[in-house]
Amino acid sequence: MKPAVFDYVRAANKREALQQLTEHGEQARIIAGGQSLMAVLNMRLAQPKVLIDINQASDLHYLKVENNCLKVGAAVRQVELLDRTSLVDEVPLLAQAMPWIGHFQTRNRGTVCGSVAHADPSAEIPLCLVTLGGTVVLESLKGKRREVPAAEFFQGVLTTEKRPDEMVVEVQFPLREADVIYRFHEVAMRHGDFALVALAACIRQGEVDLGVGGVADRPTLRRLPLGAELKDSLNTLAWSLGAQDDVHASAPYRRQLVRELGQQLIEDNDHARAS
Amino acid sequence: MYMQKSIAEATVGHIGSRQARVEDAALLQGQGRYADDMATPPGTLQAAVVRSPHAHARIRSVDASRALTMKGVHGVLTGDDVKRWSNPFPVGVRAPMEHWPLAVDKVRYVGEPVCVVIADDRYLAEDALDAVQVEYEPLTPIIDPEAATLNDAPILHEGVGSNVVNERNFRYGDPERAFAEAPHRITLKVQYPRNSCTPIECYVVLAQYLPASETYDVMANFQGPYALHSVMCRALNVPANRLRLRTPPDSGGSFGIKQGVFPYVVLMGLASRKVGAPVKWVEDRLEHLQASSSATNRVCEIEAAVEANGRVTALRYDQIDDCGAYLRAPEPATFYRMHGNLSGAYTIRNLAVRNRVVLTNKMPTGLNRGFGGGQVYFALERLMQHVAAELGLDPLEVIQRNLVPAGVFPYRAAAGALLDSGDYPAAVELARRKGNLDELLQRRDQARAEGRLYGIGYAAVVEPSISNMGYITVAMTPEERQKAGPKNGAVSTATVSVDPLGSVTAHVSSTPQGQGHQTVVAQIISELLGVKLESISVNVELDTGKDAWSIASGNYSSRFSGAVAGSVYNATLKIRERMATIAADMWQVSSTDVRFADGKIFVENGPSQPFHRVAGTTHWSPGLLPEGETGGLRETAFWTPPQLEAPNDQDCINSSLCYGFILDFCGVEIDRVTGQVRIDKYVTTHDAGRILNPMLVEGQILGAYSQALGVALMEEFAYGEDGSFLSGTLADYLIPTAPEVVDPVILHMETPSPFTPLGAKGVGEGNNMSTPVCIANAVADALGRSDIKLPLTPSRVRSMIGIDEPAAPEGLVMDAPKVAGGSALQANDLVEIPAPPQQVFDAILDPETLKAIIPGCHALELESENHYRADVTVGVGMIRARFAARVALTDLDPPHSLRLSGSGNSPMGSATGSAKINLVALENGNTRLEYAYEAAVTGKVAAVGGRMLQSASRVIIGQIFTRLAQRLSGKPIDTSLWQRLRALLGMGGTK
Repeated sequence: MKPAVFDYVRAANKREALQQLTEHGEQARIIAGGQSLMAVLNMRLAQPKVLIDINQASDLHYLKVENNCLKVGAAVRQVELLDRTSLVDEVPLLAQAMPWIGHFQTRNRGTVCGSVAHADPSAEIPLCLVTLGGTVVLESLKGKRREVPAAEFFQGVLTTEKRPDEMVVEVQFPLREADVIYRFHEVAMRHGDFALVALAACIRQGEVDLGVGGVADRPTLRRLPLGAELKDSLNTLAWSLGAQDDVHASAPYRRQLVRELGQQLIEDNDHARAS
Repeated sequence: MYMQKSIAEATVGHIGSRQARVEDAALLQGQGRYADDMATPPGTLQAAVVRSPHAHARIRSVDASRALTMKGVHGVLTGDDVKRWSNPFPVGVRAPMEHWPLAVDKVRYVGEPVCVVIADDRYLAEDALDAVQVEYEPLTPIIDPEAATLNDAPILHEGVGSNVVNERNFRYGDPERAFAEAPHRITLKVQYPRNSCTPIECYVVLAQYLPASETYDVMANFQGPYALHSVMCRALNVPANRLRLRTPPDSGGSFGIKQGVFPYVVLMGLASRKVGAPVKWVEDRLEHLQASSSATNRVCEIEAAVEANGRVTALRYDQIDDCGAYLRAPEPATFYRMHGNLSGAYTIRNLAVRNRVVLTNKMPTGLNRGFGGGQVYFALERLMQHVAAELGLDPLEVIQRNLVPAGVFPYRAAAGALLDSGDYPAAVELARRKGNLDELLQRRDQARAEGRLYGIGYAAVVEPSISNMGYITVAMTPEERQKAGPKNGAVSTATVSVDPLGSVTAHVSSTPQGQGHQTVVAQIISELLGVKLESISVNVELDTGKDAWSIASGNYSSRFSGAVAGSVYNATLKIRERMATIAADMWQVSSTDVRFADGKIFVENGPSQPFHRVAGTTHWSPGLLPEGETGGLRETAFWTPPQLEAPNDQDCINSSLCYGFILDFCGVEIDRVTGQVRIDKYVTTHDAGRILNPMLVEGQILGAYSQALGVALMEEFAYGEDGSFLSGTLADYLIPTAPEVVDPVILHMETPSPFTPLGAKGVGEGNNMSTPVCIANAVADALGRSDIKLPLTPSRVRSMIGIDEPAAPEGLVMDAPKVAGGSALQANDLVEIPAPPQQVFDAILDPETLKAIIPGCHALELESENHYRADVTVGVGMIRARFAARVALTDLDPPHSLRLSGSGNSPMGSATGSAKINLVALENGNTRLEYAYEAAVTGKVAAVGGRMLQSASRVIIGQIFTRLAQRLSGKPIDTSLWQRLRALLGMGGTK
């Protein structure tokens, strides 16, 4: 379990990172926290020729509120969001989801944008980003800066809208809206494991935006009606996700959790228990 | 026998005290010396192992020539070398099954070693792994142990002619009569899963072949039993003094699994011989999970003859042990370690037993904490719970009604176990009272009244320790045993010496794996010789070239506290007697009046000398010693208990020397929605004889209990039906971590064993036997179900509660495929192509088009009409694998349908797939291309990426047809738009 040979380049800033990407394209990978990438390298599931380290790129290390969004630069670690006391007011859904992400060791290294770029279908940050209607900002040296809606960014398992010469430089989480209730819950085998089912809800007057992670090949968002029709629409949602069996859980189990936990989460039957 | 004060009265640092571990200062400061830390000789090379991606395949050819040209590569050991220089491993049954350290003709499990690449470092060795070309002819694998017994099953070992390599039938008492007379016959069929104890430290071997003396000199983190030294010598074809095997001072854990390093000791010895240099190999986690060793999965049908009051008069066991691809020593020990005590803690006199050992295409099995016990008690204690449920009795009453009563010890159980000591009813009473069972029962009533799912489970277990080295011969018939000669006993050794400056050193051949043996050895010596515990040095490295050892040496069957500590006691007594004699001679007193305490040797109210002065005499002035005293001060004690006799002609076997008793109960609550099992309270009561150090005992209990929680709730080595291994990372094979472990209430009682020098018994494995079934019984109670299968994952438990799924809404045509085991991938989908069917059909048959639409196709070379060789890189996201593939177009029915198939090998594993394509003409002149595919992936990518395989295969196969559509329309199709459109239409696509 040793990686194949690669060149290591430390980018001092965003521009240097983008230059390297332009030069090496698909042969290069950005490394920030390395919490997914290092395992993949060690197992030789990926053998990039060049690793571009952005940990020293200070112009990618920012967390700011601007234009009604929380903007998170590519070098920001997950722990920094978790430690941000104002997060619960700014992006309450994310504040609820953060403790579910991995373990403190992985959050200390792992970055917010890294999780988005990796596009694991079970990951919490992509789910929140999609559910809130957030934005992924892509930049390349030659092309123009693209602000891609999260729902379009995630294209499938580990697959995104990002082109080889682009990098995720920032993600933008819309700030809390008045009169919206945010709720998050997930079921995993152990705390910190990949979610069997993860649910994120933005509950509005008469309707709810429900995001589901861990079931389809990407985080999936649906707007559902509240009230009597909710149950049926949850059932439609559950069936439409193409749930799969794997060694941890069956497809019917995943569908049932979407239905039952979804309803609990939205109607707050038992949200205290869930959290 | 040693007479001891009770725990409360134990002197600090002496036997029975809560002595802090002497090992920890080094370990906690990062100064542990583990196998990987051991110095390597100059010129040591590193090995990496080429492993099979197939569960079952014939090896057509092995070509290492390209690897040999690579940078830093010194050699490649192949099956031919292994056949030239070694023998197959001997096994404990009479079946012509050949097991070599490398696959020589066939591979029989995913991960089986095929070649060893030896290079300057591990990176370069792994670079060269991919360059070793192995051509396989895949064969049908057999995974299910019951199916493996059938006549039409694929055969693993043609020489054996059957997958059943051993079958034995036993009868004790008069089971037929007991069953005939019993008012109830109650049956249960259970399955015990494959799991493992997964230590932090994996296998390490450093091997050097010394041609001048034809000696293999090996350092490995082997844990014993040292009977396997003989197995290794036979395989290497050397006398035992030409395999010098050493172990490092510290261990990163074993729990039995390090027994399984022995084939690699042989393998790396041969690798060193191949390259003429020392070779080191450090196993990585994927290698460990897929190919080291695991507990044996078992299918057991168990039946009880039961009286109306719950008294069980007979048991019938029909058991199948799945030992994986090879029967590897000491298997089939999973069966026979527990054979003498198959009646558990009960006075059941009549037994009928059928044991069959089958081989399947999985990794071979071996020692694992609780070896054999988890399997037996999962059947027996589930049955006892089931008896209670069926007859409407209280489960604890059923247990109590059948327990061996107090006052009958030593008690000879039906199959031959001589239960040495105990008071089982008193232990149950202790558990009930101090564990507050009444309160737990009230909690259950309360929870149920509130509509919650709550259950209570019990388990009564005898925990065997100090295995009889003869038990494995029960796998043979009495006639076969007669021929082979009897085997029995369990020799333990210890050496204690006092040096010229009067400090004490001890050596034990117990190869501890973290339990704290050094601490206990020092406690014993400190008490007997009256020297400070901190001044004693305890060496636990074992060197077969220099140290006292025997076949029973090593760390297994919880033999330390009973056998090894007893030998330390015996050796120390010899030292003490000699020193007492010397002092008595000096002072002209009787040696029985000589005392040892506080660093002094003295007579009460009489003469006194420092301990080191008396010891020094034996080295510095032996001329002053009394007659008969030889000088020097070093004593080795060998000890074997006479109670461990060879099996008799009726197949009765006292399989272990000691039998502790455990009574567990627990309360669990189950979440109706998620199916998660929450342990509300767990009480475990132990009688392990004399307790030598209560803190270490509690550590052992907590450790075994924690691992058992994993067995009960999450751990299983999963295999696909195609034999692919699906648990290759610790994100797939889940083990409990601190937050998942609910602290148990631990209770003790002490009934000393009359058979061990210190009265102590083993204690480290019991909860691996009792806890899984205790939790299973609680879940059975909560759900009112008998079909409990481990591990009790949320998904499994929820499906037992019942999933009443509403139908899929109309228009959403999809039902999840049944993906048994998870590695068979299938789905269907469709794409609209702006061209008529004939044009689409022709395009697919056109090699240029085919090359363009297969994602990542670097080259496509015609082999025969519509058959191609291809060089393809496929993957999702950053994950990529380059396949040498074959592609075929068959079942041509122009322009309506055809089949596109592919298969290939890559360093990441093997893949095969086949898509049936239908072309439907649309009114607008376009074609609707419908496809349905089946794919299978095995090897590394299945082992580590199972969670994403289904989605990934869909992406990759989908790309073929979207690219076809693009090519024929002459413009890029916006796939994201396409997918959004599909999402809107509710066309998820999975079938």
